[in-house]
Amino acid sequence: MNFNATFIGQIVVFAIFVWFCAKFVWPPIMDAMQARQKKIAEGLDSADRAAKDLELAQHDVAKKLQEAKQEAAAILEQANKRAAQLVDEAKAEARVEGERIVAAAQSEVDKEVNAAREELRSRISELTLAGAERILGSEVDAKKHSELLDKLAAEL
Amino acid sequence: MASEAGSYANAGEYISHHLTNLTYGKLEAGATMCDGSTLETTQWVLGGCSAEFNQMGFMAFHVDSMIWSILLGVIFLFTFWRVGKKATEGVPTGMQNFVETIVEFIDSQVRDTFHGRNPWIAPIALTVFVWVFLSNLMDIIPVDLIPYTLELLGVKYQKIVPSTDPNITLGTAVFVFFLMIYYSFKVKGFGFIKELSFTPFNHWVFVPFNLFLELVGLIAKPFSLGLRLFGNLYAAEMIFILIALMFGAGIFFAVFGGVLQMAWAIFHIMVIPLQAFIFMVLTIVYLSQAHEDH
Repeated sequence: MNFNATFIGQIVVFAIFVWFCAKFVWPPIMDAMQARQKKIAEGLDSADRAAKDLELAQHDVAKKLQEAKQEAAAILEQANKRAAQLVDEAKAEARVEGERIVAAAQSEVDKEVNAAREELRSRISELTLAGAERILGSEVDAKKHSELLDKLAAEL
Repeated sequence: MASEAGSYANAGEYISHHLTNLTYGKLEAGATMCDGSTLETTQWVLGGCSAEFNQMGFMAFHVDSMIWSILLGVIFLFTFWRVGKKATEGVPTGMQNFVETIVEFIDSQVRDTFHGRNPWIAPIALTVFVWVFLSNLMDIIPVDLIPYTLELLGVKYQKIVPSTDPNITLGTAVFVFFLMIYYSFKVKGFGFIKELSFTPFNHWVFVPFNLFLELVGLIAKPFSLGLRLFGNLYAAEMIFILIALMFGAGIFFAVFGGVLQMAWAIFHIMVIPLQAFIFMVLTIVYLSQAHEDH
């Protein structure tokens, strides 16, 4: 247990150890650790970003869905309105058509009635004459009584 | 080891043998050799007995301490270097995990204590911590296992725990001290001298007193650092040797010694990292102080 040059030997040896450690041992290990640290930090960061993106997308989706629903509702409403309008139009048209047909039939009937009346009117004198002849048993001079008869016919 | 203790004359010889380093050193002419002859010329020899070791002066190396110190350092550096070479930023596995845990631990310690920017501090702390730890760990190996095996192979003396050699612990501490002085001058320049001269009493009259006080404080740092580690490990090693003595004293003492050895080893497992940690933290603290400008 003497004090001797082992002391100096250890100083030199230890200095070499420290130099080797600082040059070849510490830097690569530390670099690897720091690189991993950075990688993990980046990973966490991108995960965060992805979560945020997802949230945004979900928000977007909800908004789009809402819009689509509103649009669909609007379209449906419009269609319903259009349908109602079409039905109304058809109804109105049908009514007009019906009225027109009824009016035509009416005028036809009127015409027929008028024609019959006209015919009746034109033949009333003849019929009256024939009736009178039968009653009187003689011939009635049509020319003599034509004025009277015409008056009668006009009254009809 | 019962048989082994029996080969020594007495317990004292056993203990002193286990506390003697294998030394390669310069013997002056006229020194008495192990076989009783006298050395004719001054020369470097690998000592063969404690008588020769004791005649060597400062110019001598503890071969075992140096070899184990270097071996442990190489094991540490090679292991960490290989991991560092293959280190990936992907998921770490096995050895890389283990190494990164230690590196991270050291890095956080340095970050907590050292607030300057110096890329050398953390590697210094890592080297100090792992090397002291491994060195202390050698204490767990049964005291006779490696020395006795080597003795059978012809190597008479072997101390396998570098940190029980004050030369080694003080050498490490003085290396830290050199770094302190270097960084003090590098960071503060002349201000370092000024700091030594004008604290604690800021008046030119007190400059000699201040210098004396501060220099004693400064020099006490590496001494306390090195001797603390040495003292702890030397005492622990001594207790292991004493327990090992019991193995040669009959079956009862052998069994009792076995229990004691296990108990002391378990206790020592706490001391090993603790001393490594203290050495490392103080290294960081001292270097941090060297960087701080007052």
